[in-house]
Amino acid sequence: MLLVEDLWSRYGRIEVLHGINLEVKAGEVVAVVGANGAGKTTLLRCLSGVQPMAAGTITFRGSNITRVPAHRRLGLGLAQSPEGRQIFTNLSVEENLRLGAYLYKDARVEKDMEEAFTLFPILKTKRNLNAGDLSGGQQQMLAIGRALMGRPHCLLLDEPSMGLAPILVDQILDVVKNLRSYGVTALLVEQNAFAALSIADRGYVMEIGKITMSGPAQELIADERVREAYLGI
Amino acid sequence: MKLTKLSPKILTLLALALLVIIAPMFFPSSFYYRIGALIFINGLAVIGLVILVGYAGQISLGHAGFVGIGAYSCALAPEHLGISPVLAVFLGAFLSGLLAWLVGRPILRLRGHYLAVATLGFGILIYMVLSNEAQWTGGPDGMAVQATGLKALLKSMGFKVSASEMWYWIAAVVMMIGALIALNLHTSPTGRALRSLHDSEVAAGTVGVNVANYKLSAFVISAIYTSVSGSELALMNRFISPDVAGFLHSVELLTMTVLGGAATVFGAVIGAAILTSLPQVLTVLHDFEHIVLGLIMMLVMIFMREGLVPSLAKILRRRPK
Repeated sequence: MLLVEDLWSRYGRIEVLHGINLEVKAGEVVAVVGANGAGKTTLLRCLSGVQPMAAGTITFRGSNITRVPAHRRLGLGLAQSPEGRQIFTNLSVEENLRLGAYLYKDARVEKDMEEAFTLFPILKTKRNLNAGDLSGGQQQMLAIGRALMGRPHCLLLDEPSMGLAPILVDQILDVVKNLRSYGVTALLVEQNAFAALSIADRGYVMEIGKITMSGPAQELIADERVREAYLGI
Repeated sequence: MKLTKLSPKILTLLALALLVIIAPMFFPSSFYYRIGALIFINGLAVIGLVILVGYAGQISLGHAGFVGIGAYSCALAPEHLGISPVLAVFLGAFLSGLLAWLVGRPILRLRGHYLAVATLGFGILIYMVLSNEAQWTGGPDGMAVQATGLKALLKSMGFKVSASEMWYWIAAVVMMIGALIALNLHTSPTGRALRSLHDSEVAAGTVGVNVANYKLSAFVISAIYTSVSGSELALMNRFISPDVAGFLHSVELLTMTVLGGAATVFGAVIGAAILTSLPQVLTVLHDFEHIVLGLIMMLVMIFMREGLVPSLAKILRRRPK
């Protein structure tokens, strides 16, 4: 589905990513975990096309998308729920969802919206409210709902658990875990390593711009080094 | 309240229409028609700025430059190209749109203060051209504008109206058309995409909105609105000077936008109405006119940060509960 080869990126003269290799297969939930500043968000920004890359290639569903501009990538099936949610606070909940389906003008938009409301019933009761008036958890739900409205094959999630109460983290990650039943593959980037790895199929551990470990999520959770460094056990 | 069942779009249009029709009943003299016309002309420019500032969240300190282009098109084109002053309105609008498109491409890559300074420079440039090319524009002294012939036409049809009265209705109708377009834009998918830029350009990009193109179209649309208002001003006054393209006028237009409530069409008209009529009303205060004007603006910004109309609407909505 998504293949990243030897990806390098820098902010000005400061190099942040030093040759990242990563693969997400269709139907998988893959977690990239690591400490603050490891470059996880930069990696996602490269994948969604808002961060310039110094070298490397991104292949998505068999075609090279390295040079495809950000606003075209959704049309190819690569959606993103950006860091800090970035919902449109001055627009209503419904308008946010409709913007998610900005590329489409057919009847399926209404059906997809109903589906988003089934996924997150709270959004339905607040559909006419300003998105800025939602709680943090609801905004995160809206961000994911909006991304799904774009009919993605693969969804990139940046820190979906950030700033949420533990009960909400579970609820959001539960949805992420079940994305494959909608035919959506997910790549999620998380500081909350334990929560992310426990719902993922496979995981990558990132440290200062490099992938240092990878493998099935259950193995990573069990790994001494991971437990010590990230799980605090 | 029953009124809330109507869509905000219809509500705004109804309110504006009522305002336009009822206001003349309270006019003691034809001088007030002129003030009314000025309000609607400024209102049109401010509605254009609402699309740029309120919808798309971009700023411009140089929009008076487009007022100047619209105004001088109506002054110069009839004289040198021999086309009718009314057609010159469209020529001015086209030129403004074209220029906005050319200038907007590089300028709109900037954000915040950088965009403000770049547009400021653009406005000053237009002003300089208008006041320095004296052989064409008459320089700082300005130049006369040919009559539209509309009044004579009305007279030949048997209507006897004063110029102020005629311009009151023309400006009102043009503004209503502008308001209708802006309101339709608000709820359309294009309008939604524009408003998404305001909140988060990154997120707008991730849902597939072409950020650069939408910013540019907001800039071009608002330039056309502003240009038409400049044309109306020139045709009504029958005289034009470079001051309409000056920095102060840009700031004035932006202040009207923010004072009324940057994101609403109705607020645009209210902002234009207040800042156009207040100086006339405040002349009774003589030397204190500008102090009071400044004070009102500061108080509105401190206590009603979203602007007059959205803030008052919020207070009204809260009361019945």
